[in-house]
Amino acid sequence: MTQDEIRKVVLDILENITPDEDLSSLDDAVAFRDQMELDSMDFLDIVMELRKQYRIQIPEEDYENLISMASTVAYLTPSLKDVECPL
Amino acid sequence: MYLPGTDEHRIVITGVGLTAPNGNSLSEFRVSVLAGESGVVAYETRYIKEPVLAGVCDCDVLKYQKRKDVRRGTRAGSIAVYCANEAVADSGMDWQSVSKDRVGVYLGITEHGNVETENEIYEIKQFDYDTSVWSHHHNPRTVANNPAGEVTLNMRVTGPHMTIGAACAAGNAGFIQGMQMLRLNDVDLSLAGGVSESIHTFGIFAAFASQNALAKHEDPTKACRPFDTDRNGIVVAEGGAICTLERLPDARARGARIHGEIVGYAMNSDATDFVLPNSNRQAECIRLALGRAGIGPEDIDIISTHATATEQGDIEESIALRDVFGDCPNVAVNNTKSFIGHAMGAAGALELLGNIPSFDDGIAHATINLDNVDPRCEMPQIVANQPRQLKNVRYILNNSFGMLGINSVLIVKKYEES
Repeated sequence: MTQDEIRKVVLDILENITPDEDLSSLDDAVAFRDQMELDSMDFLDIVMELRKQYRIQIPEEDYENLISMASTVAYLTPSLKDVECPL
Repeated sequence: MYLPGTDEHRIVITGVGLTAPNGNSLSEFRVSVLAGESGVVAYETRYIKEPVLAGVCDCDVLKYQKRKDVRRGTRAGSIAVYCANEAVADSGMDWQSVSKDRVGVYLGITEHGNVETENEIYEIKQFDYDTSVWSHHHNPRTVANNPAGEVTLNMRVTGPHMTIGAACAAGNAGFIQGMQMLRLNDVDLSLAGGVSESIHTFGIFAAFASQNALAKHEDPTKACRPFDTDRNGIVVAEGGAICTLERLPDARARGARIHGEIVGYAMNSDATDFVLPNSNRQAECIRLALGRAGIGPEDIDIISTHATATEQGDIEESIALRDVFGDCPNVAVNNTKSFIGHAMGAAGALELLGNIPSFDDGIAHATINLDNVDPRCEMPQIVANQPRQLKNVRYILNNSFGMLGINSVLIVKKYEES
């Protein structure tokens, strides 16, 4: 997957987790929690969906890498670069 | 604690919120049961090859919840949130000015957690039972207080909340708990009743089928046939019914419309069998409620029966009713499950509330699908298939019984200034 495709995957997960949010103007550089209602259980949903969909096991010490879209895409790129985009 | 004989001891119903398979408000529900409209449909459920029959609700849960809240919570929670908000709206109270720490939420449930547990097991099966994909939402969804807790989160209630696990006697049990907490002065307002999400678990259908107690009929609307010779089991339904309960002086002070006054209640246990009911204990429970209400069998105008259309359940309740009301030819005996199926934790609450408008219109709704009365269930007072106009309705008695031999009876009186 390219970084754009990884971004689409993460956005797809976010849209499912936060169905009331308008994510069309999401700022990739800003923390998710600063621009949408996202609590710790929602955050774990992101981790869980990545685990289910791509079998990526994200250790707790790496959670800080999932703070924003930009950091999330950067963190996931090595794991997903050889995975075919499902979207 | 408020003592008997005081006005503070008198607990009244001041608001009603409900969703039933044939109506999403008291007025819709009442119209349906008077018109003989069923809410039972064919229903697909996981693993069971042929569609089962079920009572399915279509209330708009997004009226009071965000989509995220619906996703995060449970079906029982969403039903409870809908009913609680509708009850408050119906009560006419100014919710913003209500002291939320003096509100209690007391909801009867038959079971809770089966739906989410089945869902998670189904999900991890897709991952070869890898438990690392078991949802972190499982525990908050399956704790037994979930439906009542979701109400407190949604409505910002900071008083006590709990569910009352009471099998299919739970609807009445929720009302009784709410009433008692008002009499204890633990709260000033009770949101009380019962809820059920049971149609979303395949297990309840499969278990009743294995028990030879799951209804079948080519016409879903004719499947639930209490007291009928051709009855062949239960139709499972989802639903919810919640009331605002208040002490009479509080209700009077704000000029509330009073739907009825809870004047009698009782709960007891058969102590005889896991599933088979016991008419002797049921009769004792009814007499205990009558005694607490200070009235006799001859004072009851409508009996809302529990009968689920199982072989022995209907017979046992009929024996109990003939025992207590054998000399009361004018009482009207009806059954709501014949319209909507068995709404489990919500059943007792829905069945009572569907009869409450009788205080105003004087009509006893019918028991539908009663074509050939089982001689073992013979009661001349049964309102068969067509509603019955009564002279005056002052007392309604509501039976609600459940597995493990749990019995509950509630008596509601038409509110009269005295």
